[in-house]
Amino acid sequence: MSAIVSSKPRNPTRLAVLRGLLGELWHDKAGFVGFVVILLIVAMALLAPWIAPHDPAAQNVIARLRPPAWLPNGDWNHIFGTDHLGRDVLSRVIWGARSTLLIGASVVLFSGTIGVIVGLCAGYAGGRVDSVLMRIVDIQVSFPGILMILLIVSVLGPSTLTMIIVLSITNWMIYARQVRSIVMSVRQVPYVEAAEVMGCPPRRIIFRHILPNLITPLLTVGILEFTNIVLAEAAVSFLGLGVQPPATSWGLDVASGRDYIFMAWWLITFPGLGIVLTVLSINLFANWVRVTTDPQEREKRFAYSKTARRMMRAASEKAVTQ
Amino acid sequence: MTREILLEVDHLKVDFASRAGLVQAISDVSLTVHKGETLGLVGESGSGKSVSAQAVAGLISSPGTITGGDIRWRGQSLLGRKGERYARSVRGKNIAMIFQDPMTSLNPLMTIGNQLGEGMRYHLGYSHAQARKRAEELLGAVGLSAPARRLDQYPHELSGGMRQRVMIAMAISCEPELLIADEPTTALDVTIQAQILELLASLQQQLGLAIILITHDLGVVAGLCARVAVMYAGRIVETGDVDTIFETPGHPYTQGLLRSTPSLEGTDETLLSIEGMPPSLINPPPGCAFLPRCPIGTDHCRKAPPMQDWNGSVVRCWKAGTNAWLPGVMLEPAAGL
Amino acid sequence: MGSFIVRRLWHGLLVVFGVSLTVFVVTRLFGDPVSLMLPLSASAEQRLAFAQQIGLDQPLFVQFLRFLGDLATFDFGQSLWQRRPAIEVVFERLPMTLMLIGAGLGTAIVLSIPLGMIAALRPGGLVDRIIVSTGLLGLSMPQFWVGLLLIMVFAVQLRLLPTSGMGTPMHLILPAVTLALTPLARLTMLVRSSMIDELNQQYVRTVKAKGLPFSHILRVHTLRNILISFLTLTGWELISTLAGYTVVVETVFAWPGLGLTAVQAIQRGDLFLMQAIVFVIALLIVLINIVLDIIFKMIDPRIDLN
Repeated sequence: MSAIVSSKPRNPTRLAVLRGLLGELWHDKAGFVGFVVILLIVAMALLAPWIAPHDPAAQNVIARLRPPAWLPNGDWNHIFGTDHLGRDVLSRVIWGARSTLLIGASVVLFSGTIGVIVGLCAGYAGGRVDSVLMRIVDIQVSFPGILMILLIVSVLGPSTLTMIIVLSITNWMIYARQVRSIVMSVRQVPYVEAAEVMGCPPRRIIFRHILPNLITPLLTVGILEFTNIVLAEAAVSFLGLGVQPPATSWGLDVASGRDYIFMAWWLITFPGLGIVLTVLSINLFANWVRVTTDPQEREKRFAYSKTARRMMRAASEKAVTQ
Repeated sequence: MTREILLEVDHLKVDFASRAGLVQAISDVSLTVHKGETLGLVGESGSGKSVSAQAVAGLISSPGTITGGDIRWRGQSLLGRKGERYARSVRGKNIAMIFQDPMTSLNPLMTIGNQLGEGMRYHLGYSHAQARKRAEELLGAVGLSAPARRLDQYPHELSGGMRQRVMIAMAISCEPELLIADEPTTALDVTIQAQILELLASLQQQLGLAIILITHDLGVVAGLCARVAVMYAGRIVETGDVDTIFETPGHPYTQGLLRSTPSLEGTDETLLSIEGMPPSLINPPPGCAFLPRCPIGTDHCRKAPPMQDWNGSVVRCWKAGTNAWLPGVMLEPAAGL
Repeated sequence: MGSFIVRRLWHGLLVVFGVSLTVFVVTRLFGDPVSLMLPLSASAEQRLAFAQQIGLDQPLFVQFLRFLGDLATFDFGQSLWQRRPAIEVVFERLPMTLMLIGAGLGTAIVLSIPLGMIAALRPGGLVDRIIVSTGLLGLSMPQFWVGLLLIMVFAVQLRLLPTSGMGTPMHLILPAVTLALTPLARLTMLVRSSMIDELNQQYVRTVKAKGLPFSHILRVHTLRNILISFLTLTGWELISTLAGYTVVVETVFAWPGLGLTAVQAIQRGDLFLMQAIVFVIALLIVLINIVLDIIFKMIDPRIDLN
């Protein structure tokens, strides 16, 4: 009964659901803060040309290695100080968000697409196709991760595009595994079996029955993978094999600040904080998504919450006074 | 019948915190178990019979908590700070428990022998070798073939019925006086069910064991128990001798339950279900919990009915003894009273 | 058991073959080893001679077979940078890396079990929330950044520890701490969550009903039962460390292990040395996976290796 009712598309209900979700997000303080920070970082990346106080590549030899504004010798013109070429650190941090988000989003999109296609083929075709594809997944999972990426990038020549391609073809396996297992289990659900027996075309089965079941788990995996990609990009750029100057990237800026570690702590600290804030807020938000989409996890989470404990204490006290 | 009293549960109350609110899983449960007797605890799922058993066995933990009443073993409380120390010496040794699902109730990564032996080593101070020897005897006693070989097997190598036998062997290993069996046959095949019940009955004979048998199956109660307590929505609604209650059920719910149970004689009476659903246990209204489903309920029932004697049983109903499902007909009190 | 090992070895062989094929395709089809390895100033004759020397004039198929043959005999060619066989350099540097991993990952393993267990004892409590948020923070920090911050604080400001290099045990502290960070955070979270799950298992209820004390349940039952997931993640972290974390951490602290060597080999266009490193690490990963599978079989009687 309820399934029939809820499958009817009704806009007001959807709005109510959205409002309900936002309300719950508000209750999970950490998840809410994470969500807001993500939005701010995305806005920062999109609006970089307008909000950055300086051109991130503009050098100024006279104003080299200026400390942040609040320190003696600081300059409010360069709030986070300047680097060894006199470039404005704040502007570079703002522009750096662009590389990070661009690479992160493209890699998740491309690797996700590859993974979903492979997973669908394996799960749907089954048999030999499945075992060959999954063997490839198993093998690639055992590759020596970053080392392999470094080797490939060094041969192809480092650039943002190389980075996106290489990270995409080395990170699709997790999606393939996830999609395959879901497809396998969904196909055994009676109504899908029935649809197949009735001769429903595969494309229709995939789009009507299988894809809707994939959305939530893929969302969770995609969000968490995004953080992995951000960290991988930062590491490879730090090693000098990722984003290349004159483009900016947080990892790259930390690397160039390394030579001035004895005198200019701000060169390392602020770009690094950019990475930490991005990854941390995504992690917090992802945590909330995972819990909210899993009713069991929700109840479990509640059982351990302060509210539950308060509730139980109140019940015992009431019993005593009675 | 003035046998020694082992266990007294006195107006026990257990609450659980949930996202939807405080669930009053059991709000008033009182039970007495004498030495060597079998008490059936009957009710629908969610009526609180398992929670009552777990409370006795000390298994209520967060988010649940005992918020009222008392549990006494041989007159001494098992609750409170002082009671807890006493409880530790009683539980597992004097009170043992077996569970519904034998598939998950054993540690999958430990051999049968070790799981059987650990209780004896802790409570009785047995050595490893002693415990192993006794474990083998126990496995034989519960009817497992090749007991010596079983000791080194893992749970996944045994069938469901065999695992329940292992659970029983484990429960009786420290020679308890009370065995709580929480739906011990529900998860098993029908043929195995009968064997397990037979085993319980014969062990009771041999060991003089008292048993609390929790079940939703009135047939099982009729076969095994001397006394029965019927639970509904977290309360005991009727308790008394099995024969009396089956003959002349006092509470409308008990009557409905009996009416919906097929009898073994196979007479062609029609089976009827009780319409409606058990009430939510979150903020239940005061008064009789069965009122919404009761055919003879009146406004008076909005006041909580007390437990009162009727025809040799104790019934929680203002109109105890009215034949609820055939209005206007009073049940005949059993002869000889 | 025997047939299981054969199958794992077969899988390992496939992994090594996959790595070879990928490296071969990338270096020979997409890249140009000659211009990669020779300086820009090299003349056309020098380039041709070098190409012939490493067999680039042969048909691709022949090249690939020779490539495989060289790998099978551990002949990775001469390191251009060190002017000696690449494999020699690898075996010289590998112990340094293993030492660093031993210290870092060892710390992570030893600390994660008590931390995770303390958190799991009272989920949602103050201690738990502190451990979980610290862990989440740890997972969000790039290792190279943490390493540099540690250098800034302990070496530059407080002058307590050396900034980089190796020699005294003091040199090991900062790189090991940095390396431990991510595995420690991840393992602690895993111990916590699997401990919570395990304590909610039905069999734990059985043990409680037997009247056994909580310490017994932890020691004899749950701790042992989370071992498989713990070892799985430990293996995974070991692999990630070997194939990635060490590269970054050794670079930050100038620790002369395999990771730093890899970065230096890339900077100098020393393709052969880089290939040798990748293969040795791939072999180690295969080995780790086989050992883990055997351990799992020993712990969990339910695992059917067939």
